[in-house]
Amino acid sequence: MKRSRVRLILLLSVLLLCVIAPLAVAQVRRPQPVIDDPALEQRLHKLSQELRCLVCQNETLADSRADLAEDLRDEIRQQMKAGKSDKEIIAFLTERYGQFILYRPQVTPTTYLLWFGPFVLLLAGLAVLFHLIKQRRDLIAEQPLTSDERKRAEEMLRAASGKERA
Amino acid sequence: MLRYLIPLGLFLVLVVFLAIGLGRDPREVPSPLINKAAPTFRLPQLKDPGETFSAEDMRGKVWVLNVWASWCVSCRDEHPLLIEYAKSGAVPIYGLNWKDKREDALDWLGELGDPYVLSAADLDGRVAIDYGVYGAPETYLIDQGGVIRYKHIGPVTPDAWKDKFLPLVQQLNREGASR
Repeated sequence: MKRSRVRLILLLSVLLLCVIAPLAVAQVRRPQPVIDDPALEQRLHKLSQELRCLVCQNETLADSRADLAEDLRDEIRQQMKAGKSDKEIIAFLTERYGQFILYRPQVTPTTYLLWFGPFVLLLAGLAVLFHLIKQRRDLIAEQPLTSDERKRAEEMLRAASGKERA
Repeated sequence: MLRYLIPLGLFLVLVVFLAIGLGRDPREVPSPLINKAAPTFRLPQLKDPGETFSAEDMRGKVWVLNVWASWCVSCRDEHPLLIEYAKSGAVPIYGLNWKDKREDALDWLGELGDPYVLSAADLDGRVAIDYGVYGAPETYLIDQGGVIRYKHIGPVTPDAWKDKFLPLVQQLNREGASR
């Protein structure tokens, strides 16, 4: 009984630590930039969701809390304030970090395989499927009877119906 | 027979692709700046903030730009190697001190030695963005015409120095001499 209580207290303190620790980390982080233009922040958020954070590569630039991601967001924010279009900003970033920073890479000869590969595979799969279906249909297609066979079949039918009548 | 060989063949192709994929470092993002002009900048020098350093100052020389920071763990691994490379005198090594505090950076150099001819202080990381830096250390080899010829991501290992940097430095120096 006593042991389970100790365990419970331990568990609770660990949980508490899990809640408090991130707060402590958050406090030492740099001050967030003052958001004076909500529309611009929204545009920034939308654009940075299309961009990859290069430090933690499976996160978007919008979600990442890496230092570099914050720098890049600052950079994008400044460029937006300077009146640059999204296209110009994306060009600025790909010139420096390559297509890798884009979650949706541009369609260029180097990315043809990436963009069209799945469709090529789909078409290949369909071709194989049609081929198999056709093969199977040929297997089960009825072969017309030869005149000999037809004659035999008619005789058998006649014999059968004669028996029935009898 | 064929109906068994085809899936086996496809499987082998898949294995080859996976093997190649596993052998590559996903953190190494190829730089689009190779064979492009090194971005221009003018930054205060780390040791002497009154003086500036610019990539343009290096026109006509083959040089190495190493991005480092005192907070960067891998830079500490790389540091003794850089000192060795610098001592060999093969190519001048310049530093780009990235998002660091001046005192911290100076302490670091004081404690571990200074392989750099000089370091430029990129305290807000603005120049590093121009160079497509996403994690220190990163090292660029820049030729006489101010064109980036090679970029190494992560510590420059002795193998990388011997197999990548030195041959390219020699080739560039030869090209420069014959020009």
